[in-house]
Amino acid sequence: MTATGKYLRIALGVAVIAALIIVPMNFNRYGLYILSQWAVMTIAAMGLNLTLGYAGQVSLAQGAFVGIGAYAAAIMTTQGMPLVAALAVAIVLCFAIGWILGYPALRVQHHYLAFVTLAFSTLAFLIFRNEDWLTKGIYGISNIPRPNVLGFATNRPLPFYYFCLGSLGIVSLAMWWLIRSPWGRAFVALRENPVRALSLGIDTRRYTLMAFAIGSALGGVAGTLYAPLTQYIDPVPFNLSLSLDLLMMVIVGGSGFFFGPFLGAMIAVLLPEWLRFTQGYYLMLYAVAVILLLIYSPTGILGILDRYLAERRTKAASALRAVAKSRLETAP
Amino acid sequence: MTAVLEVSNIKKSFGGIKAVDGVSFDVQEGEILGLIGPNGCGKSTLFNCILGQLTPTDGEVKVDGKVVTGLRPSELNRLGVSRTFQLLQVFPKLSVRENLILAGQEHQGNMMSRLFGASDAGLTAVADQMIGFFKLDHLATEAAGGLSYGQQKLLDAAMAFMGGPRLVLLDEPAGGVNLTMLGDLKERLAAINREKRATFVVIEHNMEFVMSLCTRVMVMAEGKLLAMGTPAEVRANPAVIEAYLGH
Repeated sequence: MTATGKYLRIALGVAVIAALIIVPMNFNRYGLYILSQWAVMTIAAMGLNLTLGYAGQVSLAQGAFVGIGAYAAAIMTTQGMPLVAALAVAIVLCFAIGWILGYPALRVQHHYLAFVTLAFSTLAFLIFRNEDWLTKGIYGISNIPRPNVLGFATNRPLPFYYFCLGSLGIVSLAMWWLIRSPWGRAFVALRENPVRALSLGIDTRRYTLMAFAIGSALGGVAGTLYAPLTQYIDPVPFNLSLSLDLLMMVIVGGSGFFFGPFLGAMIAVLLPEWLRFTQGYYLMLYAVAVILLLIYSPTGILGILDRYLAERRTKAASALRAVAKSRLETAP
Repeated sequence: MTAVLEVSNIKKSFGGIKAVDGVSFDVQEGEILGLIGPNGCGKSTLFNCILGQLTPTDGEVKVDGKVVTGLRPSELNRLGVSRTFQLLQVFPKLSVRENLILAGQEHQGNMMSRLFGASDAGLTAVADQMIGFFKLDHLATEAAGGLSYGQQKLLDAAMAFMGGPRLVLLDEPAGGVNLTMLGDLKERLAAINREKRATFVVIEHNMEFVMSLCTRVMVMAEGKLLAMGTPAEVRANPAVIEAYLGH
């Protein structure tokens, strides 16, 4: 990467962050709600991107982990406990359950693994719906309070949006660190060639479980933000379709790309809103758009960008080689 | 001399087929043992049994006098046993340097230090040394998938040495590599053997390569050990000529 390219990237990053902070100041309540939802879903999708995109383990259970996090937050904060305590419980709980859910992945892969995680997703939904004593069943939990963060109340939509955005920022930094660490490299090795990874001393078993546990824990983090965002939860949003939505966010954005979940969540959360003017047709248009995208670029939106950059690099490299060759030929 | 690898009476059956049928041998420290034989004679299966990719039906494997039968490949690797595969096995999306760092990182520190420590596990210098040693300079930051077949083969071999192994099992390192690069590869392997006292077992069909590199050669046929000796002895052995080398 050239120095200008690097500065360009930094400038773009700063501009996007500034826009995310400044532009929503004029948004109405609904706009802020949608944008907060984008931040929350991005966190959940980042977790799935770790499990699926980097480590190559299919999971149809991410929605269930968002549910576990949301119920932990709803139950605990309506009892007067602080959200940060609920966050800790959600992380530990989802990490542990995700770890256990990783065990089938040591035996089965791909579609078979998808079915195992799908079964877990259904199980979690049934618990949310049927265990009234804990979850209030189909009546749901209402009046979920929003937290005070560093002394600031986040009851109003704008402060709560900033709370979600800040959380997304922290999770992004942690994820960036993780995928650049030797762990990130081991996850990629796990996805690309587990047999070779094993022969290089990589404990594929432990890394597989870790990929599931950390990815699931991020689902839990998203859930603890989701509950105070909507301030009312019932089992319905956490059924299988949320897991499928999250899977689609990862794939549409670009599975295995750091920024994939940001784009994927943006499309999944915002596009239906933009297409609302088409009234009854918006879901159909949305479905067609996704199908066309995946035909054109099976690696998602960032896959298109990646292909373009790779082509440019190849061209630049062959130009350099041509120059070097012509120098050799003209040399005395 | 001490035996680095002791293999006794290894057997492996797949259904009714005895792929490896009671093979015993040992490899002394610093030795380069060649393993030859016709296709399907059980060479790769024997490798996989030694390295824990397959569990042998019967028999025992010792490394440095310690029984390692049944250990997982990752555990064996961290005991200093490394390998390459018959088919190319580099990680195409990672750069050459990243491939090498990956190959060495699990030999450094522990899970925690690999999460919170340096992102290269302190291995950039070692990786670059290996890159220079295998003449892959200028390719360090290229994605491994973009390299030529021969270059990938060199990288594949280089990866096996990142953990500083005591024993390396190479499965057809010369397959598909052109003559110039083959000379390079042979010279590099011989140098590592000399300097690091690394012990090799090499499966190879290229007779010239085997006979000039190896100190001893072992011949397998139909799952059994057919002959063992110096390259000259093996070449002169009538049974080997009959089964493999041809007249």
